[in-house]
Amino acid sequence: MGWNRKVLRVNLTEGTCTDEPLNMQWADEYLGSRGLATKYLVAEIDPKVDPLSPENKLIMSTGPLTGTLASTGGRYTVVTKGPLTGAIACSNSGGFFGAEMKFAGWDMIIFEGRSPKPVYLYVENDKAQLIDASDLWGKSCWETEEAIKHHHQDPLVRVSSIGLAGENQVLFACIVNDLHRAAGRSGVGAVMGSKNLKAVALRGTQGVSGIKDMKAFMKITAEKKKVLADNAVTGQGLPKFGTQVLMNVINEMGALPTRNHKDVQFEDAGKISAEAMHEKRPTDGKTHLVTNAACFGCTIACGRISEIDKGHFTVVNNPKYWGASGGLEYEAAWALGAANGVGDLEALQYANLLCNEQGMDPISFGATIGAVMELYEMGVLTKEQIGIEAEFGSAEALARLTEMTARGEGFGKEIGQGSRRLCTKYGHPELSMTVKGQEFPAYDARGIQGMGLTYATSNRGACHLRSYTVASEVLGIPVKTDPLTTEGKPELVKAFQDATAVFDAAGICVFTSFAWTLADVQPQIEAACEGDWSMDKLNAMGERIWNMERLFNNAAGLTRKDDDLPPRLKTEAAKVGPAKGLVSGIDKMLPEYYSIRGWTEEGVPTEATLARLGL
Amino acid sequence: MWKSLHIDPKKCTGCLQCEMACSVEHTGVINPSKSRIKVFSFETEGRKVPYTCTQCTEAWCLNACPVDAIRIDAATGAKQVHDDVCVGCKVCTIACPFGTVNYNQDTGKVQKCDLCGGDPACATACPTGAITYVDADWTGLERMRAWAARANTAVSE
Ligand code: SF4
Ligand code: SF4
Repeated sequence: MGWNRKVLRVNLTEGTCTDEPLNMQWADEYLGSRGLATKYLVAEIDPKVDPLSPENKLIMSTGPLTGTLASTGGRYTVVTKGPLTGAIACSNSGGFFGAEMKFAGWDMIIFEGRSPKPVYLYVENDKAQLIDASDLWGKSCWETEEAIKHHHQDPLVRVSSIGLAGENQVLFACIVNDLHRAAGRSGVGAVMGSKNLKAVALRGTQGVSGIKDMKAFMKITAEKKKVLADNAVTGQGLPKFGTQVLMNVINEMGALPTRNHKDVQFEDAGKISAEAMHEKRPTDGKTHLVTNAACFGCTIACGRISEIDKGHFTVVNNPKYWGASGGLEYEAAWALGAANGVGDLEALQYANLLCNEQGMDPISFGATIGAVMELYEMGVLTKEQIGIEAEFGSAEALARLTEMTARGEGFGKEIGQGSRRLCTKYGHPELSMTVKGQEFPAYDARGIQGMGLTYATSNRGACHLRSYTVASEVLGIPVKTDPLTTEGKPELVKAFQDATAVFDAAGICVFTSFAWTLADVQPQIEAACEGDWSMDKLNAMGERIWNMERLFNNAAGLTRKDDDLPPRLKTEAAKVGPAKGLVSGIDKMLPEYYSIRGWTEEGVPTEATLARLGL
Repeated sequence: MWKSLHIDPKKCTGCLQCEMACSVEHTGVINPSKSRIKVFSFETEGRKVPYTCTQCTEAWCLNACPVDAIRIDAATGAKQVHDDVCVGCKVCTIACPFGTVNYNQDTGKVQKCDLCGGDPACATACPTGAITYVDADWTGLERMRAWAARANTAVSE
């Protein structure tokens, strides 16, 4: 068994921790992590609950491959109803926290209710207890992690926590583990904050003992690691350049959303790219990048560890930020940089450090700043309102607004509501670059058509990780498709969505899918888990997970009109680059997608579809 | 011919595949906490350092053991703990200057690297070449070569 077969249920209202057996029938149908945790959530909460009320639950879950030798098997997922979107929220994180949950003997932790006072959960193998966290409230994720390790006199405790952003219920607050890894999107950190849960600290020394056939598992995982090592993206591109390898590529394609999606190419992309991170700075002769780093069990090691320029205006008087730390990844570099027209690498890293320190999603935050800057340039927002001049390209504004948002000061409180609420409040909802209230990531839907459909239909709001068709449309994985056409994209998006759901449910990193298909994952699951794990079964499972999430969203009140892109992407054509003259073909793709999914024209799964999937 | 584990921390990404492989080899369970090689992370420097026993020739642990539970494996040169003899007194853990002999509460004995009988699981598992198993006479040769490459051999004017 890849599973420990044990769930920890924590009732924060009552202050109780109880263990219960994992529902093995559900594990057979939903595998783990994203799939299984969503099944639990859907079964246990009313889809209409207020996400920030005690009636919402928050689930942290591993998959059967988490904590094993399968490459990248270190991931865990946070599933809850999201406050930014009102839809299912499902955020995945690497680092070492997920594996530790397995080593402590658990598959999943379910948090319910709301604690009357700040607490943190401490789990040492079978023992779980809630500990008063009054003295941690007000501390950053970094300080919290250190304080907890210190308190338990154990440097090997693994911690997931919220910072000020989660405490203040910033709607895109994240949950940070191992200092710079995060369950980043959809505001899962705000839900944790609403429950007065400051942190979860784990220590596990029991290990994962139930692998079905350890010998076969060792053999197949070793073979599959070799596939990753031999692949140009997972074996060379990602370890050397990280996800940032994409900055120049996507910019050249004319698909790098710039200045709140007004432009599709950023003139300073080179300055914030992977290549720039490798170059020696004129100021101190050092490179920005220090080294790459891996999450638990990962043989790719895409992670970036960088050192900010100590003389940069953002940190010159603040030695706390001088050490090596996580960043920049492509998404953060884009959202903090190109989305706002800021081409100052060090300023981006400063903003990124603050996001890690106080637990904010740099994508949603950065993209919201893009909207603020556009409103400022239009004269809708003034310097007096914002507290600083905020024209596109201002590194000072970026730095200051990050501090204000992280700490909940002044106009930062409004930024913390995300771009949809902010733009609506100031009379320009059309300027919010979001779907379902969640900000776009770093690919322009005009230059990469499949991504438009990906965003529109993603169950957790705009997101690149639900069906990363960039792999096909840009990198030719598994086959090259033309990024400029809508032809064949509905099929492509559906196939990616279903397969990705299984990667996520297994507990591995979606970046393996540059080299692995589901057929590479299947034998690893099979060697680890009892039961039948045929390709057919896994394919059906991916589709089942997708439809289950969709049903939740429909029941929560989302409809077809929530599967749409902002007017800018449908009416303002790309001005330059290969996509010049193009708008997103979402209106053409969406009905086709619904029909391929076996959904009605209103985007509701038909009876036949549900019956076929056993839903 | 004896071989040595050679560790190059610069190549290490901190993935812990080595710790997992070690624990599986010795306990059958994936359990980094029971690994005999440990990877330490120095966060603010961005450094990861794998560390384990170097199999000293004049081994402190071996010499300190009052019951002769630590012996040399003739085939590999590993200083091996014999569980059936070890009384768990932990003197060796005090004697070892590097701290690479550790007490294991589950067994009541000490544990240390035994070179897996000549095919170290950690070296096989390491994806980056940070751990290699090399001819004992060649330890340091790679570093020597790297420095040699930097030596200025141009004829001075
Ligand atoms: S590929 Fe990157 S994100 Fe994924 S597990 Fe490896 S280091 Fe972590
Ligand atoms: S397997 Fe290699 S790269 Fe991974 S932690 Fe161990 S020594 Fe480092």
